[in-house]
Order: sequence, then C-alpha cells, then structure tokens
Amino acid sequence: MSENQRTIEIEVLRYHPEKDKVPYQQVFQVPFTDDMSVLQGVQYIKDYLDGSLSFRWSCRMAICGSCGMMINGEPSLSCETFLRDYYPARVRVEALAHFPIERDLVINMEGFIEKLESIQPYIIPKEKRTLEQGEYLQTPEQLNAYEQFSSCINCMLCYAACPQFGLNPEFIGPGAMALLHRYNVDSRDGGKAERMELVASEEGVFHCTAVGYCSEVCPKHVDPANAVNQNKTNAAADYFLRFLAPKGGAK
Amino acid sequence: MKRTLKRSNAPIFWALFGAGGMLSALLGPMLVLITGIAVPLGLLLPADTMSYANMLAFSQNVIGKGFILAIIALFLWHAAHRIFHSLHDIGIHAGIGAKLLCYGGAMLGTLFAAYSLLAIGF
Repeated sequence: MSENQRTIEIEVLRYHPEKDKVPYQQVFQVPFTDDMSVLQGVQYIKDYLDGSLSFRWSCRMAICGSCGMMINGEPSLSCETFLRDYYPARVRVEALAHFPIERDLVINMEGFIEKLESIQPYIIPKEKRTLEQGEYLQTPEQLNAYEQFSSCINCMLCYAACPQFGLNPEFIGPGAMALLHRYNVDSRDGGKAERMELVASEEGVFHCTAVGYCSEVCPKHVDPANAVNQNKTNAAADYFLRFLAPKGGAK
Repeated sequence: MKRTLKRSNAPIFWALFGAGGMLSALLGPMLVLITGIAVPLGLLLPADTMSYANMLAFSQNVIGKGFILAIIALFLWHAAHRIFHSLHDIGIHAGIGAKLLCYGGAMLGTLFAAYSLLAIGF
C-alpha cells in the first residue's frame, strides 16, 4: 500500500431478484490510489469486501463497452472514470438507467440486442462482386460519410441517457439508429430501402425530441443524435415523396 | 424475426412543427420588435405603419394573406407539437384527448384564420 493512498466511500446499488423486493444502496469504504478507476473500485469491493457484488466488465480500456454504469447519475464507462475526481465526496454507482436490472449492476440487454438485429447491422451489397472482380473501392469522401458512426461499441450509455427511450422502450433508440445510419450511408450498401421501413415506423425516429444527451455521453464520440435527426428528414421525405418515386422491382 | 412495422404518420406533424419552428425563429423576434415595441413607441417606423387602412390593405393582398396565414397557422402547429411532447416529457402521458386538444386547437386556429382572411375580401 503506497503512501498516497486514501479511502473513498462508494455507494453501490444492490439488487438480487431472488432475495430483494426492491433495489437498495450499500456503502463501502474503498482504499484507492490516484490511478484507480471506478471499475477498479468495484473490483476491490468484489475481491475484498463483498464477493456477491455483480457487474460486467472486460477490457478496462474503453473499447469493449461492457462496464457502463450510472456514476453519480451520469451514464459512464466505469473503466475511464476515475475515483480521484470524486474524492473526498462519496461516489454513487448504479446500474444503467432505463434497463431492467438482472442483478446489482448487471442490466438485461435483450431488448437492445433485438434492436441491433433488426437494423441489419452489416453491408447488404449493392452489387455482388466475385473474387476476380476484386475489392469494393471507396473514396475518402465516401468513407467520411459513415466513419464516425462505425465507432459505436454498443455500450448502451446513449440508451441510459435518452429520456424518450426511458419513457417508451419500444423506441429504436440512439445507438441502433447510429449504426443503421452507418450502413445506410455506406456507398457499398444497398439495404437502405429495407432499413428505412424501420426508420419511418412507429418505433422509429419520431420518438426523438432532439434532447442530444445521447451524443454527449458517447465515449467514442459518435453523434447518434445527428443520425436520428438526419433520418427524421429522410423519413419525412420518404413519407411525402413515396408516391412520386416508386421503388421496387420496376426501376 | 421481422416484425410487422406500421408506418408512422408523424412526418405530417413533424413537418408542420419544423416549418413553424423555422419561421418563428427567423421572423418571431422581428414581429415582436415591430408590433410590440417599434410601432407602439413610435420608433424607427412611420407613425401610420400599422394603421387600420394599412393593415386592411395588407390583409386584402394575396401575398399579405399568405404571410398572415403562414405565420398564424405554422406558429400554432409548432406550439401544439411542442406542448404535446412536453407533456409527455414531464410525465403526463396524455393520450388521444391531449392530442386532439393540441393539434385540434392548431387546426381550428388555422381554419379560423383562413376563414377570416377570405371573409375580409380581396
């Protein structure tokens, strides 16, 4: 134990569905050093204070998207949030907002995974190319159109930030929408028409009231609010112009 | 696992909301300045700018009619949409009743404005 070690109070939201009727808060005294993240703080709790504490984590360097938690009420990756920034005050750690809790800090992400599947998050080739024809080429401009949206790591912080998803979990939501947009604006992709059905549907973009908090909390600087709102315009254009520009078999 | 998706009719309301928002942002402050400050205080503009004769002529002109209708109707649709969604945001999940009240109010206001503009003649 080094000399610059201090002790911080970490207040953790606990919930064990088989035992507890409702979630409750539990406070732990955690010794920490300047280089310790909130994730390391809860790992300390699990290793030395209470082995029953459950939470998800993996990479510890903000790329796997597993360790999202509400830290003092803000959706954050606990691996890149540091205890020193809260000391000497107590830091409050809770499961991501707007999701059902499976246990302690572990949320049930089934709804999100279904949404992710529904947007068909892969390139549906515009034209099939054989190996002999070689790779699909893209200009830097074509890459720019979608590159930032491809940085999403599915951490769901934007869902915990979105008040509209909180009010209505049917809403397709910021993260899935950003990824949908990523494929729709990819020059190699031909699946836009299929995906637009979802964009323009009742679960689609129009639940968004342009709050923008989703983009603020994104740890990878994706701008999901931008994707959602660009697609409001796309969906509206499609709504009014669909009779003028028939799509489908006869092109 | 394809669900049946129902196309949302939100674009109609969203487009009216957007048009009203754009118009109110661009013209709202100017209208407040002219009608609420400059003319009553006799600043900047000629004294008879908003005289009865001038305003009547303005509202009898086709372009003037269009301007008045756009201002009234789109501002109303913008407000209706904003109020309806704000209710939802503050936790009042008002159903069809609030929808009818908000958008119905905008619709009535639009119809009333259109009727009045026609009734005032050309």
